[in-house]
Amino acid sequence: MATSTSIDSATLAMPKGVSLWDDAWLRLRKNKLAMFGLGFLLLVLVLCLLTPWIAPYSYEEQDLRLGAAAASAEHWLGTDTFGRDLLTRILYGGRVSLLVGFVATAVALLIGVTYGAIAGYAGGKVDAAMMRFVDILYALPFMIFIILLMVVFGRNLVLLFLAIGAIEWLTMARIVRSQVQNLRQQEFVEAAMSLGLSPVAIIVKHLIPNALGPIIVYTTLTIPNVMLLEAFLSFLGLGIQPPESSWGLLISYGVETMEEYPWLLIFPGLALSMTLFALNFLGDGLRDALDPKASRD
Amino acid sequence: MWRFVGLRTLQAIPVILTVITVTFFLVRAAPGGPFSSEKAVSDQVRAALEAQYRLDLPAYQQYFSYMADLFQGDFGPSFNFPSRSVNELIFQGFPVTLELGLYAMLIAVLIGIVAGVFASLKPNTLQDYMPMSLAMIGICMPSFLLGPVLVLVFGIWLDWLPVSGWGNSAGDKLLPSITLGAMYAAYIARLSRSGMLEVLSQDYLRTARAKGLPEYIVILKHALRGGLLPVVAYLGPAFAGLLSGSFVVETVFQIPGLGRFYVQAAFNRDYTMILGTTVFLATLIVVFNLLSDILSAWLNPRLRYQFRK
Repeated sequence: MATSTSIDSATLAMPKGVSLWDDAWLRLRKNKLAMFGLGFLLLVLVLCLLTPWIAPYSYEEQDLRLGAAAASAEHWLGTDTFGRDLLTRILYGGRVSLLVGFVATAVALLIGVTYGAIAGYAGGKVDAAMMRFVDILYALPFMIFIILLMVVFGRNLVLLFLAIGAIEWLTMARIVRSQVQNLRQQEFVEAAMSLGLSPVAIIVKHLIPNALGPIIVYTTLTIPNVMLLEAFLSFLGLGIQPPESSWGLLISYGVETMEEYPWLLIFPGLALSMTLFALNFLGDGLRDALDPKASRD
Repeated sequence: MWRFVGLRTLQAIPVILTVITVTFFLVRAAPGGPFSSEKAVSDQVRAALEAQYRLDLPAYQQYFSYMADLFQGDFGPSFNFPSRSVNELIFQGFPVTLELGLYAMLIAVLIGIVAGVFASLKPNTLQDYMPMSLAMIGICMPSFLLGPVLVLVFGIWLDWLPVSGWGNSAGDKLLPSITLGAMYAAYIARLSRSGMLEVLSQDYLRTARAKGLPEYIVILKHALRGGLLPVVAYLGPAFAGLLSGSFVVETVFQIPGLGRFYVQAAFNRDYTMILGTTVFLATLIVVFNLLSDILSAWLNPRLRYQFRK
């Protein structure tokens, strides 16, 4: 959306210069879809963080006499075949889904930014070799490798974080590298060098903060990818294992009984889709706000 | 052009070798031998079995003999179905997966390009927002959710289409193909929209219009070629995604394809089958990425010049 050119009167009337972040926030605030995404996401985050205190029932609580029942005043979203409250299960499942989304993205962020910054800063042959390696990794069919990893080393959560993080860092590395490469030519970096700052200090204090915009945008767009991957693996039975639960796992249970109890598929599905929606809208909005020149694909 | 093709092909070879090597040693690193979970067998039987699968040799010898077999197109026997080779299982399952993948790709490309081009002709109007909102839904609705929902609505509630199977009853190929293709249709729609928007503002299109060409020729002949470049570049990764997506779709719709075999092999810890399928699929994906790159270079001469040093 082309909101980049519209600097409204409020901006102009400000006495002092507007920082990149103020400007971006103004632009983001005008994007209704992105603001909806942000709001929805905050709501989901708060609900999932507070789950142990606000969930209407406890995680293990069963009511076998009730069985799978449709929505009612006691159970807002109905119950599953063991008579467990679906809303409670969705909230607890959301904790795991979001946890995987954020932690695996953090892993990807850490590897990608470090790798990209080093390649971009070093330049020359080091850069060429490092990016060649990324190109080779890009060509590997990672989905198959993750399935392989989960089969070979058992299905544990830490491995899942690492495996997903290990795929998703590639694009981040490319983005950071090209940013750092451009920034490196500028005078403030030269000044920092002549002051005798170490390369590490220059990267951490000067280069990365200036590349933060694209990093934030791409991070927001990585989280839904990661959550999708986790749900995909859990659906196949290769991700999160019971008694833990996640939205992917709830959907796969829902599929088994969807003929008789469709709500067991529909509500967890809605939870996942809506969250992915919100993250994508927010990511697109942030891209338009922080990086108006970048194209939307 | 031939130089590009040659160099790009040479690049693919180390990738394929890496895939085979990594997969081989990963599978070998799995805790517990393939026969350790079976009911107790006598030492003699175990030795015979291990000799049959060459597990008595040191790892590097196993590796080289596996590579030697691979170059002759032999994936070895399956652990779970000792009477059948991995080759047989692959060639039984792959045609089904390929057919499913092709239908899905056809749906993705046709719907995606039409929707994307349609949206790009009148940006920021209803004609743009409608297909793009649908595309957003397509991206946020993963196949393992879309498939069951389609089955629920069209298979069970409306009872229009069969809920599972492949080639057994009329129309049973429709839902799996749509399920698999939907997400890629959405991506392709977004890619072709942004690609077209970029091209539509360029000078050579103004020239084409100034020559008095009718609008449909301007769009179809001049704009599409440049505007669809991102889509062509995406076809390789999309194919890879379709193959791994087929794991889910084949499981949901109980289609006897390679994806379902792979997931079953994963659960049964059928190591030779996992190894063989991984190598097969990975090679295929690398080859498709290669073809997609060559096609992009053929359409976009600028890419070729990067290789002329």
